[in-house]
Amino acid sequence: MATEAEQVHAPGKGRLRAVNVVFYLVMTVVSFVVLFPVWMTIVRALSDPLAYLRQGLPPYPVGAQWGVFRDAWTEGSLGRSFLVSVSVTLVITVAQLLTSVLAAYSFAFLRYPLKKLLFALTVATLLLPIEVTLVVNTRTIRSWDWLNSIQGLSAPFLATAFGIFLIRQSFLGVPGDLRDAAALDGYSHWRFMWRVAVPVCRPTVASFALIALLGAWGQYTWPRLAVTRTDWEPLQTRLASLAVQNIDKSNIGFAGALIAAVPIVILLIVFQRQLIRGLTAGAVKG
Amino acid sequence: MSGRVEARAAGESSFGVRAREAMLGYAYLVPAFVVFAVFFFYPLGKLIQLSLFDTRGVFANQRQEFVGFSQWADVLGGEEFRSSVWITIQYVLYTVPAGIILGVLLAQLAHRKMRGIKFFQTVFASTVASSVAVASVIFFALVNPEVGYFRNISWLSWLNTQNPDTALMAVSVSSIWQNLGLTFIIVLAAMQSIPEELTEAATLDGYGPVRRFFKVTLPLLGPTLLFVMVVLVIFAFQAFGQIDILTQGGPQGRTQTLVYRIFTIQFDDVNTAAVMAIGLFALTVVVTLAQFSMLERRVTYGD
Repeated sequence: MATEAEQVHAPGKGRLRAVNVVFYLVMTVVSFVVLFPVWMTIVRALSDPLAYLRQGLPPYPVGAQWGVFRDAWTEGSLGRSFLVSVSVTLVITVAQLLTSVLAAYSFAFLRYPLKKLLFALTVATLLLPIEVTLVVNTRTIRSWDWLNSIQGLSAPFLATAFGIFLIRQSFLGVPGDLRDAAALDGYSHWRFMWRVAVPVCRPTVASFALIALLGAWGQYTWPRLAVTRTDWEPLQTRLASLAVQNIDKSNIGFAGALIAAVPIVILLIVFQRQLIRGLTAGAVKG
Repeated sequence: MSGRVEARAAGESSFGVRAREAMLGYAYLVPAFVVFAVFFFYPLGKLIQLSLFDTRGVFANQRQEFVGFSQWADVLGGEEFRSSVWITIQYVLYTVPAGIILGVLLAQLAHRKMRGIKFFQTVFASTVASSVAVASVIFFALVNPEVGYFRNISWLSWLNTQNPDTALMAVSVSSIWQNLGLTFIIVLAAMQSIPEELTEAATLDGYGPVRRFFKVTLPLLGPTLLFVMVVLVIFAFQAFGQIDILTQGGPQGRTQTLVYRIFTIQFDDVNTAAVMAIGLFALTVVVTLAQFSMLERRVTYGD
């Protein structure tokens, strides 16, 4: 485990190069181990399921069929599931942003009785995971006839204390001078919120949006209860049942897993900074 | 919505201005609180109600018998609940320490300035892109006893019917892998925020890499590792998809975590499910509060 400081002390270039070679070797092996499960998924997606089994499950594709991704879209109805997932994810992300910004603004900038209590209630919801309320929420959705619908899939997630808390923290850091200037210009709170507070806190808001999006996209537990018909299944539950239930169609399920992961990988590479900020919010003090 | 922004030094404002500000304050809370009321607070009350009644029987809606806390005693003291809690605790023990140790190892490996290090960092972080379903399907291809790649490698084929005790480990591996990217990202960010002078000073004092890691890096990572632990424990408590996809609670009920049992039982017996959900809630509250008080203390000492 050589750091730069050590390399400064390392005698001669030969040893440095040797250390480097070993280091790259180790990193490559570790990367291979981390990515091996992904490789096996690609293998299973591309192989003809039965031929692959007959070959004794080798670590390479058997009779690669690139058409599997097209088949997944139509035959496995993953195309429809993809649209359901995209819609639900958009609804949840936008709603969480709106409800969080509004509530955070209220808590950070406005004075009124019982604010402390209301804030405590908000934070208390963090202690109540969806898994606890699942039983009742399913009954609620069913009684509204919202099973198998976008609104049923999204409703319990339209607000989150995590977002309110995160954005409030960021709002509290908005310089008082800006507020004074806005007061001087006769800004309404509504205008101050969208023209000053949110833009100033854009990094936090963007990070939160990304985390909200990831969470909404990856949901599995709630859809298992809120959906009873295949045509309303989001991508995550659909791909799981395809991969697990029917061995001769399992390649479509594995292709689905790749289809579900690739957009997120791209998103993460593009918005790496925001993601790291969002994930580490709370980990690093403040 | 009207209501003007007031300067910090606005001083005494009139009753009318204050009332308008209060109205606005409440109005901005309404959207979030509607959601909280319907999907958080109401269910909690309803759960308590369901847990005190017996609505089983043929005409479920007509017959609602009040049975009181005896139902709590029956369920919470029962074999099913206790075994589920124990399995959930085992699951925490399998996933959390291993997840943290691997995450720290990867972060320590990737925390250096070298050509191409960004590439390796991206690879190590990449599993953060996998959802529960994706990770579980991926591991289904590896650990399934009939169609999994590792089915013939005896020390890796944990998910088999001959040895039900190792099934939970197979599920755990999937979770550890899925959460590795998250742990790696958080720990690496924390390592990068440690001032270089500190590690350099330790090197000048003759600290070797191992000693430097344990005496300098690790203590400074304390609060971050506690945070990661809190997150991973909560994840483990809520685990559902892994079990639903990989084992469906089997073999012989050995992977029936609390959440999974609540999920399966609610269709037949909503009252028992309600009591178990309250048990899960109580456990979540205790664990979260304990961890946060630990977090608070550590952070203050750290300063």
